[in-house]
Amino acid sequence: MDFQVVVLAGGFSKSLVPLVSKEVPKALLPVANRPVLSYVLDLLELKNLKDLIVVVEGETAALSVSAWISSTYIDRLHVEVAAVPEDVGTAGALRAIDHRLTAKDVLVVSGDLVCDVPPGAVAAAHRRHDAVVTALLCSAPVSGPSDSGSSGAKDKAKKPGRYNIMALDPTKQFLLHIAAGAEVEKDIRVQKSILRAVSQMEIRADLMDAHMYAFKRSVLQDVLNQKETFQSLRRDVLPYLVKSQLRSELLSSGVQSDENSNSKDAMQNSKILPSQLLANAFTPSFHELYALGPDGSASITRKTHKCCVYIANKSKYCARVNSIQAFSDINRDVVGDANHLSGYSFSAQNNVIHPSAVLGSKTTVGPQCMLGGGSQMGDKCSVKKSVIGRHCRIGSNVKVVSSVIMDHVTIGDGCSIQGSVICSNVQLQERVVLKDCQVGAGFVVTAGSEYKAESLAKKEKL
Amino acid sequence: MVAKKGGNRGVGGEDAEEELKRDRLQAILLADSFATKFRPITLERPKVLLPLVNVPMIDYTLAWLESAGVEEVFVFCCAHSKQVIDYLKNSKWFGQPNFSVSTIESHNSMSAGDALRLIYERHVISGDFILVTGDTVSNMPLTLALKEHKERRRKDNNAVMTIVITQSKPCSITNQSRLGMEELFMAIDPDTKQLLYYEDKADDLKGTISLDKGLLMDKTSISLHNDKQDCYIDICSPEVLSLFTDNFDYQHLRRHFVKGLLVDDIMGYKIFTHEIHSSYAARIDNYRGYDTISKDIIQRWTYPLVPDVQFFGNCATKLERRGMYRASEVGLSRSAQIGPFTVIGNGTSIGSNTEISDSVVGEGCIIGSNVSIDGCYIWNNVTIEDGCKLKHAIVCDGVIMKSGAGLEPGVVLSFKVVVGQQFTVPAYSKVSLLQQPVKQDSDEELEYADNSRGVIGIPSISNTPEKLNEQFSTKLSDSQRQTVSEVGNGGVGFIWSHGEGGHEEEWRHSVAPIPADRLVEIIKTATDELEISNRDGNVLPPSGELEPDSVDNDSDEDVRDDYAYFEKEVEATFLRAVHENVTEDHVILEVNSLRLSYNLTSTDCASALFYSMMKLALDTPHDTPGELVKNFATAITKWQKLLKYYLTSIDEEIEVILKFEEMCLESTKEYSPLFVQVLHLLYDKDVIQEEAILNWAAEKEEADESDKLFLKQAEKFIQWLNEASEEED
Repeated sequence: MDFQVVVLAGGFSKSLVPLVSKEVPKALLPVANRPVLSYVLDLLELKNLKDLIVVVEGETAALSVSAWISSTYIDRLHVEVAAVPEDVGTAGALRAIDHRLTAKDVLVVSGDLVCDVPPGAVAAAHRRHDAVVTALLCSAPVSGPSDSGSSGAKDKAKKPGRYNIMALDPTKQFLLHIAAGAEVEKDIRVQKSILRAVSQMEIRADLMDAHMYAFKRSVLQDVLNQKETFQSLRRDVLPYLVKSQLRSELLSSGVQSDENSNSKDAMQNSKILPSQLLANAFTPSFHELYALGPDGSASITRKTHKCCVYIANKSKYCARVNSIQAFSDINRDVVGDANHLSGYSFSAQNNVIHPSAVLGSKTTVGPQCMLGGGSQMGDKCSVKKSVIGRHCRIGSNVKVVSSVIMDHVTIGDGCSIQGSVICSNVQLQERVVLKDCQVGAGFVVTAGSEYKAESLAKKEKL
Repeated sequence: MVAKKGGNRGVGGEDAEEELKRDRLQAILLADSFATKFRPITLERPKVLLPLVNVPMIDYTLAWLESAGVEEVFVFCCAHSKQVIDYLKNSKWFGQPNFSVSTIESHNSMSAGDALRLIYERHVISGDFILVTGDTVSNMPLTLALKEHKERRRKDNNAVMTIVITQSKPCSITNQSRLGMEELFMAIDPDTKQLLYYEDKADDLKGTISLDKGLLMDKTSISLHNDKQDCYIDICSPEVLSLFTDNFDYQHLRRHFVKGLLVDDIMGYKIFTHEIHSSYAARIDNYRGYDTISKDIIQRWTYPLVPDVQFFGNCATKLERRGMYRASEVGLSRSAQIGPFTVIGNGTSIGSNTEISDSVVGEGCIIGSNVSIDGCYIWNNVTIEDGCKLKHAIVCDGVIMKSGAGLEPGVVLSFKVVVGQQFTVPAYSKVSLLQQPVKQDSDEELEYADNSRGVIGIPSISNTPEKLNEQFSTKLSDSQRQTVSEVGNGGVGFIWSHGEGGHEEEWRHSVAPIPADRLVEIIKTATDELEISNRDGNVLPPSGELEPDSVDNDSDEDVRDDYAYFEKEVEATFLRAVHENVTEDHVILEVNSLRLSYNLTSTDCASALFYSMMKLALDTPHDTPGELVKNFATAITKWQKLLKYYLTSIDEEIEVILKFEEMCLESTKEYSPLFVQVLHLLYDKDVIQEEAILNWAAEKEEADESDKLFLKQAEKFIQWLNEASEEED
């Protein structure tokens, strides 16, 4: 389908310290005991998109990612791993691999995306409108710890997080305004010219940019080359394209040379594009009307381009591992409500216990839990809504609730862990009590200590 | 007529039904638009009595209110109030069984705000009421909107107003609606229909709409509209009147009241919208609206308020094919051609070979032969002699057009004007027997009220024509000599020069369609502007972060301006305190209220107060720098408590030092040699602590050489401070 796929796997993400380290880049963080990158790669593989470029920030991170990919996806995917310098941003990463982009359209997916929205739907929306960019939007996830049997009162207190403020046209196909990052907290500024052209727009705060974009390749390259200061796709490139959609600066070099791409030509020659037929789009979009000029005579040509959106159905799961909170939430969801994503088959008790795992007597593993291969648990333990990695050694009388425990973790007797993330090779001595903590890889928590809402990690030698 | 009892039926909920029964539905009709758009005609006759398809506008409004179930109407008259009252007295509106009309007269109201304040004082409104102006044409049923309003009221006492809107897309070229009004931007909550943002006087310089971030706090979506039109029909709760009384500076219903309520959420009052889809509602705001609504009436969008249905005040008219209405007694020549969508009033005679199309001709007109009339509004008793050509003009009562005269598009001839033979009135001219008022007040509402009072002396045309004629005949001899050239040989009248808007803007609000070349021109300029803005758009901040838009920089300037005003006000407050011996507590109170109104921080207060003290010392007579320092010392000793109040942290003290530095460099250079002395004084008086001075010095250490001027001056002092602190350790 002439789509090139670029997966931006990032590198060492500061917002995920102490979960990530030099050895474990963000792409390899385990979500339900699989690296997060595997969710994207599986999704793409499922849709038969097998030629991928995975862009990783930093040489060492690239090496470990490439090692993992080649061991896991050998014979399944054709993946090129490209290393780019750190902190170049998403736009910088694409600029760095510019020469490898050749297809007509490019699908850019963030490597930390865990979702079940078919990328084909985004691509189709993109092609249907002959857009320069199409972004996947999903409902903003409800973040916050979800305790077992959350009551109605608690749900009320929870509000969907605010990630983006967007304006859509009434048909919900075109993106008219987007605010991301710090701008979300500011006053909303909407361009009058766009509002005049569409007459009516809807401003939404409950949608999130899911970081899956389809770009017209020529446009993407144009923008990246012309605007050298652009660093981020989300903060710079997308808002720029959205803002300039009715006074496009792109057509000079990029779009016009593409055949069939200039909708105005098509309108004037009164031939109907196959894509328009598909979309049942005999009524021209506001872009086309605007381009025709107010009197319909096209006495003055106006250049426009389209920014489209594909809004994922509410029932679809879509989330990004971009914060520690999100990491916990996604782990919870993948073994819980969205367990079709995990790729495991769940037992009758709605949990996954690897056959090689050993459980002591009177130890219970509740529903929505996962226990990795080779792990051992002592007696009278209780695990609820948690993920436990491989080869962990857990003593007796240990309570694990709503937590993520990675591989090779040793937990002493009588520990209580709640709402925490414990990285690999951590040692918890006896009677440690952790609540809402993060413990970095290799850390040792001494016996009897209690922590609440803290981040524990070895001091990194820089 | 629309079902009269509609207001009482079909209301869900027994409470609502009872409420509706209990209260008489009241309406306030403002028979004064408080604007000057219909000048010069409105100098002689109030706008609400101008004929719209041969019926005075106010009759449309009253007929609609009656049919919509309103039981009591208060007609507020201000300009030409006598004419309005006389008209109503002689009409059938007084003495209707279920529909009482009473008038409220005022001679000094200058705005809708004044009018509502006056009505509030009269205590005549007892419950929810409809607020309309006397130039509204509508056939909408009010039942549903009222029910919605009352239901919202029951749930939320702050829902004080429901405004009626309808779908109407403004023209994409001129950015004005088909009624000739400015384009309107609104933000509405899609679920509750609450109005969140209202911008009708579009500021073209601003390319963006800025919505307060607070709007999205508790909701997830907002609809922004550019395709709605305000019908100026409001359903109000009694609080609206008291709100106008409380906020005595509210003048304009939309610009002040609606915006005030939307912007100041302190009061928590809410405004909602009610959109009508199938019924008609519009307000005549200007000549273009007059033209559009006349056509709508002729084309029967306003049914039952159409010429061939007798509601009030219109006489029997028959609808013929092709949308032509003809009154019963029309003298029509066989060879005259009456085109489609034309109304011919009673007693009018039309000569041979005359062509009339898309026009309204009033009663008792005499139209000669070989006349061509296209898109014109000709009122009563107009004489048009042979061979005249009229295009898209308004011709008022009693006008005489001599043979061969012509009117170009957009002309308005006020009462009794005479156009001379073979004279062609240039496009967009306004001709009146009255001279254009020379004084052009910037505030249009004020201006209008002033003039209307002045005009009261002029006898109304319909009442005493003889007297008027006498008056004019005396005037005529004068004016004829002077103005023979203005409207041709034998013509009478002054051509008004165009107001501040200038000729350029006349086409916007005229009855004439906008000429095509003008449209092309606008498109061209719009494109040019786009290109310019495009070029601006290219300049991106080097950070790579897209600025929300270039307006951001302006807001910075605003803040600076704000601070300058604030500083001035604080200084004035302080000086008053000095001269009138006001206590510190009161000064603090006043400064605090200033701070709140300018939305500044307490640091700003400190530096502004400090500045005022410095200024005070400087303005106290002195000869030597030494005396200046002494002056300052007395000031600071007396008022240090005041300054101390705002200096709660080290950061604020540093800010004061920085401010002082800035003053020495810019506004009060006299202090610059005294920098150290003053600083020492502040230290001695415990106004500024050692830590603040040292921090300031450390901060300045990294500054440019040029910035270090005062740091060097203070070097010794700082050294001493350092040593002192070391000794303490």
